[in-house]
Amino acid sequence: MTAVLPSRPAAPERPTGGRLVDQFEYGLDAPICLTWELTYACNLACVHCLSSSGRRDPRELTTAEAEGVIDELQRMQVFYVNVGGGEPTVRPDFWHLLDYAIGHDVGVKFSTNGVKLDRARAEQLAATDYVDVQISLDGATAEVNDRVRGTGSFATATKALENLAEAGMKDFKVSVVVTRENVSQLDDFRTLTDRYGAQLRITRFRPSGRGADVWDQLHPTQAQQRELYAWLLANGDRVLTGDSFFHLSAYGQALPGLNLCGAGRVVCLIDPVGDVYACPFAIHEQFLAGNVRSEGGFQRVWQQSELFAELRSPQTGGACTRCAHFDACRGGCMAAKFFTGLPLDGPDPECVQGYGETALAARDLDLVKPKSHLDHSHTGPVRGQPTLLGMPAVPAASTPAPPARICDESPLAGLQLG
Amino acid sequence: MTTPTAPAADLFDPDLPWRRARSVALRPEPFGALVYHFGNRKLSFLKSRTLVTVVETLADHPSATATLVACGVPEAQRPAYVKALADLARSQMIERRPEEVRA
Repeated sequence: MTAVLPSRPAAPERPTGGRLVDQFEYGLDAPICLTWELTYACNLACVHCLSSSGRRDPRELTTAEAEGVIDELQRMQVFYVNVGGGEPTVRPDFWHLLDYAIGHDVGVKFSTNGVKLDRARAEQLAATDYVDVQISLDGATAEVNDRVRGTGSFATATKALENLAEAGMKDFKVSVVVTRENVSQLDDFRTLTDRYGAQLRITRFRPSGRGADVWDQLHPTQAQQRELYAWLLANGDRVLTGDSFFHLSAYGQALPGLNLCGAGRVVCLIDPVGDVYACPFAIHEQFLAGNVRSEGGFQRVWQQSELFAELRSPQTGGACTRCAHFDACRGGCMAAKFFTGLPLDGPDPECVQGYGETALAARDLDLVKPKSHLDHSHTGPVRGQPTLLGMPAVPAASTPAPPARICDESPLAGLQLG
Repeated sequence: MTTPTAPAADLFDPDLPWRRARSVALRPEPFGALVYHFGNRKLSFLKSRTLVTVVETLADHPSATATLVACGVPEAQRPAYVKALADLARSQMIERRPEEVRA
């Protein structure tokens, strides 16, 4: 691990008092919140999927093991988890685990493409306290959305939004990954979410998972980043961002929220097989801290892993620490640097001062960008396949071929949408 | 907020009895504590261990001021603590204790 992480002094002392952001750099006894991906199975095949999801992993945590993780989160007083996947609702025990978590003081915010949110489920959710729903949508129009998320996915998502609104669900969210193709639609997203009484949440697109394959094509241009920053300054109080755009703070005025990489310090990821990574965008052996199935469980991984100990100290070396804007952006996103092949103590590839572009241009031509050891992407055609990559969409009515292996079968095969 | 019995959320009177809100949990952290409100799902932080003790013992004293004295908060620092408590009252992390019959 030492080779890739920026130079840091050995076991520095935590300061007393001072700003919270400085305290957070030294880590917490338990995460503020964490992301838990319940399954790698997904009915969609989004081109930019951060976890390269598609097929279920046979080693997925069982219901009992997942309950054990929830018990542990309750003991550690992790008050809420962001549940995702894959598509978490295709796990047959999803609704049980949701109730189990809420019953154990662990609130759930889950992200879904909406495939299972029919009227009955929407009513069930509206009647449940302490649950938050985020419907993923990456275009304010079907045309822009379906190019990356797949034909029919806009219709599925908006149907789910309609069901939630009709059921009287409060405070549900529309979650948007900002790309080159949808950044001009931010106001349209606002109109769309207002229509359903929902709240808009926008987050940064990272080159993680399949996102690495389309990052050059989809990440916002410098000019778009500038527009996005202006939009956030004007609308920041009415939009959620997961504090994911802190690299933009180097334009000048800091954006609201925590302007810090929280990986392994205040957040982390538990993946479907129980592996614990520093952050949801860092599914790579380099950022693997341990597994919840090992002795001591999640708590031991969080509190004692060597990787997390290394991440819990302020960066003191590297090119960025000498930049006038370092205090504003803190060097940006670790995962974005890593998966574009940039050094972790240097600029973010989207550094708004332009140092990222210079660094990208200076990369060794022979450089092999790090690639995750995991890929659960569908291996066969998927109904409503995204068209961004120039592949023809598979007609929605086609008869699925028999699966070659159990894992190859879409968990939603045969399901009639609509 | 207009009825005299309901304390306005933005008016924090340190001479009244307060307590940690019943739907709020404190999680100890090296620098203080993380505060979580199960009702409105707001998250906040207490930036010193003394403040944690103050919030946890509010319910044991007749007023917030008495709590600060009991926790040994130096007089010079009391305005800062009162401000921190006022912020916590505004975000409903602490609440007014109903008037109680004292023995």
